[in-house]
Amino acid sequence: MGEVIVITSGKGGVGKTTATANIGAGLAMRGYKVALVDADIGLRNLDVVLGLENRIVYDLVDVAHGHCRLKQALIKDKRFDGLYLLPAAQTKDKTAVKPEQMKEICHQLKEEFDYVIIDCPAGIEQGFKNAIAGAEKAIVVTTPEVSAVRDADRVIGLLEAADLREPKLIINRLRPRMVKQGEMMNIDDILDILAVDLLGVIPEDEQIIVTTNKGEPVVQDQRSRSGEAFRNVARRILGEEVPLMDLERNGNLFARLRKIIGLG
Amino acid sequence: MLDFLMRLFRQSPASKEIAKERLRLVLVHDRANVSPELLKLLKDELVQVISRYMEIDEKGLEVTLDTSENMVALVASIPVRRIKRAVKAASV
Repeated sequence: MGEVIVITSGKGGVGKTTATANIGAGLAMRGYKVALVDADIGLRNLDVVLGLENRIVYDLVDVAHGHCRLKQALIKDKRFDGLYLLPAAQTKDKTAVKPEQMKEICHQLKEEFDYVIIDCPAGIEQGFKNAIAGAEKAIVVTTPEVSAVRDADRVIGLLEAADLREPKLIINRLRPRMVKQGEMMNIDDILDILAVDLLGVIPEDEQIIVTTNKGEPVVQDQRSRSGEAFRNVARRILGEEVPLMDLERNGNLFARLRKIIGLG
Repeated sequence: MLDFLMRLFRQSPASKEIAKERLRLVLVHDRANVSPELLKLLKDELVQVISRYMEIDEKGLEVTLDTSENMVALVASIPVRRIKRAVKAASV
């Protein structure tokens, strides 16, 4: 029996979908069977982030309405053994699925997969309620900005009210250099405010843009910092104790040069 | 040159401190969920309770949440017109 985890944030654009894709791929890389569910009906994107957009036949709404069997709608990711996607519908709206139906789908997936990871839509309305309906655990993604942290706080409150206790936090797009200059909130600032456990910190990384352009999860890029951070997140989900990576390592070229010649 | 030195020594807080402080304040309000309706309800009940003991100017009544350095205070400014004399005896 697997575990159902919802990835949410409240605010849009903080990296929920990217996190979902990479955590899923990261878990699959470790040999687990993972189903990714795009719960953002009407605005599906997990398919393009994963590069699977051309293979969609059926979607979540088709499954919910019995137009197809669950297995028919699941797309197998050929690059990662054990990774599957259940895409959202693009032409329907959020009311096309009811929380009860989501619960049932999660329940079925849980029997087949080790991890069921749900990509929640932004906002706190019906789409959010659907996405969390079948979840047993929650991950909240935020960025080090006032608006994103505020929304994360609101979502944590709503999750706890829905009995999804102790959600774990991912801080995305941290810029170590700005943190050092005091121009960006640091990890402790954010944890202090939100009072939740940290699951991981993903540094801002241009490589994410490059890999997302190609529809490839950055987690398989052994050289990128964000890929390493996502691999660490996957390992922590599996229960391993992984220390936070040194975010200051591999600064810019000058920092590295200074280090080499002994000025750093 | 002077301008440069001034800038160097000006103690303006780093922007993350500003962000933190703003967040703290906004979250106090968000978490307390103090909507105008809630504040009005609170006001009405306050009036009821206080009116048992004293005559107050309801129009001049002000109830706000004051967020200062590191705490939130419920601040009520209630103009008192007259204190009722009979209260002490009546309540015992």
